[in-house]
Amino acid sequence: MEQSYFEVLRPGINSTFQDKGRFGVQYMGLAPGGAMDYQSYLLSNVLLNNDKNTGAIEFAYQGPLIKLVKGKTKVAITGNVFFKIYSQKGEINGEPYRTYDLNEGDQLDILATKASVYGYLSIEGGFKLDKFCGSVSSQPRAFIGPNGGKKIELKDKILIFKNSTNKENKIIRNIKFEEKKIFRVLPGPQFHYFSTASKKQFFSTPYLITKQTDRMGMRVIGKSLENLVNSNIPSEGIIKGAIQVPGDGNPIILLSDHPTTGGYPKVGSIISSDYDDLIQQNSNKKIYFQLVTLEAAEQEFLLYVEKIKKKITNIEKI
Amino acid sequence: MIKKITNISDQGIICDFGEEVNKDINKKVISLFNYLKEKSNKDEIKGIYNIIPSYNKLVIHFDLEKNNSHKIKEIISCIDLKKLNITQSGKTWTIPICYDDEFALDLENLTKSLKLSKEEIIKTHLDTEFYVYMIGFMPGHPYMGDLDKKLFTSRLQSPRVEVPIGSVAIAEKFCIIYPYLSPGGWNIIGRTSVKLFDTKNFTNPCLFSPGDTIKFKKVNKSELK
Repeated sequence: MEQSYFEVLRPGINSTFQDKGRFGVQYMGLAPGGAMDYQSYLLSNVLLNNDKNTGAIEFAYQGPLIKLVKGKTKVAITGNVFFKIYSQKGEINGEPYRTYDLNEGDQLDILATKASVYGYLSIEGGFKLDKFCGSVSSQPRAFIGPNGGKKIELKDKILIFKNSTNKENKIIRNIKFEEKKIFRVLPGPQFHYFSTASKKQFFSTPYLITKQTDRMGMRVIGKSLENLVNSNIPSEGIIKGAIQVPGDGNPIILLSDHPTTGGYPKVGSIISSDYDDLIQQNSNKKIYFQLVTLEAAEQEFLLYVEKIKKKITNIEKI
Repeated sequence: MIKKITNISDQGIICDFGEEVNKDINKKVISLFNYLKEKSNKDEIKGIYNIIPSYNKLVIHFDLEKNNSHKIKEIISCIDLKKLNITQSGKTWTIPICYDDEFALDLENLTKSLKLSKEEIIKTHLDTEFYVYMIGFMPGHPYMGDLDKKLFTSRLQSPRVEVPIGSVAIAEKFCIIYPYLSPGGWNIIGRTSVKLFDTKNFTNPCLFSPGDTIKFKKVNKSELK
C-alpha cells in the first residue's frame, strides 16, 4: 500500500508535535516538554479512540494549512479554534471537539485560536513519528523530536500511520470557554526570601502577560517582588508552573519546556489544576495570583480530573 | 542529613540537604536519587514523573492522580540514608580542550582580574580533577567542581547572547561545558569537541552522570574533532 501523508502548505506560527512528554529523563538536563494544554490534547485523542499518548500537532495562534495528498483519515481539533475544511463538496466551517473525515485531496485550514493560544490536531491512529525517550514531543532548541526537533515547516510531508476505515464520527457538545483571571498559587521553596509587603502586592495586584512568552516561560509585569535574602541560589530542580524571580523582581512562570534546573529563587508555583488555563491566556492580558493551601490545591486537582472524565463520558456519536 | 522536605507544588516536593555545596552532601543527594529511581522503575513508588538531583537538593515531580506528597514524604522519611550505597562508582573521563585565543574568549580578561598568566590559568585548570555535581539547565550540561581558589571568579557583567557550542567556562568554584548554542554569562576559557548529548543514542544519550570524574587534556585546534 502506498504511504498516506499530508503536505504542509502553511506551517503556522509555532506548530510542533507533542504528546504527554518525557518522564524519568530530567536528571539528564532534558525537560519533560509535552502538550502545553494537556486537557485539550487528551480530548483530541480520546475523540478518535487513540491511545492517550498519541502524538498530536500543537499549534499556537495561527495553525497550519495541510493537504491530504494520499490516503483517508479522520481528524479531531480541540481548543478554542477557528478552522475550515476544503473538499470537492465545497468549504465548511469546522467545529472543534468533533471528528471529521478527510479524503484524498482535502485541505484542513487551521486559521486561528480564538481568545486563547494553543490548539491540537490529532488523527485516527496517529501520525507516523519517531520517538525519543518514549515521546515524540519536539524541543526545537535542543534538536529533540521528529525531524531533528524542527518546528513543522512549509512543504513538510507528515506521514499517517494507517488509513481510517471507521465511518462513525463523534462530538463533545457544550464545551465552554470561560474567562479566567485568577490563578492560584502554592508557596515556593524560597517564599520566605521575599518581603511580606511585596508578597502582599503580588497576591492582590494585576500582572500583565508580556509578549516574551513561549513554551519555555511566561514573563509577567506588575509590582516587582522585593528579595531580602539573595537573588541567586545554587541551581536546583524545576517543575512546570514554578514562578521564579530574577534580580529585577519581575516574575517568570516556567512552562513545559523549562530549563531543568535554575538558580533564581521561586516565590511560588501555579497549582496543577490551573496550568492548562494559564497557558491559554494571551499576551497583554491582566491576571491575578491567589495564594491557596496545599489541601485546596489537591482538592482542585481532583475536580480538574473529574471535569475531564465528565467530558469524556459526554462524547456522543453524531 | 535531609534538613527538611517541603512541597513546591501539589505535584512536587523538594528534599533539602542544607545550604552548603560540597561533594559529601552531593553524594548523599545522588544516593537518594539512585535509590528512588530504582524504586520508581520497579513501580514500588507509583506515578513518579521525574526525580531531579542538584548540588544539595532533590526534587520529585509526581502525578497526583497516582500518588501524593504525604505518601512520598513518608516513604523518604522511612529510608535510612546512612544505609544507602554512597560509594557510587562514577566513571572517569579525559576530555580534550583547546585553549587557543579564538576559543578562550575570556582568558585574556581573566589574566587581569585573577592576576595570573594564561599559562598559569591553563595549568591550574588542567591539574584539577573535576567532580560532576549535576547535569542541568540544558540536555547534557554538566556542573563540575571544585576549581582551585586561584581561579575563583564571578560571572560576566553582561551575559553573551550566544555562546558557541562546546565552550568550556568557569565561574565561582565551578566549571561548565555548553552543549548547545545558548546565551550564557560564564567566563569562557576554551573549547571541546565532545558531544555531551547524543539524540541518536537511545539508551544512554547523556555522556556524563552526576558523580563522574573529569580531567581535561590540552590539545591543538587540529585535534578537536
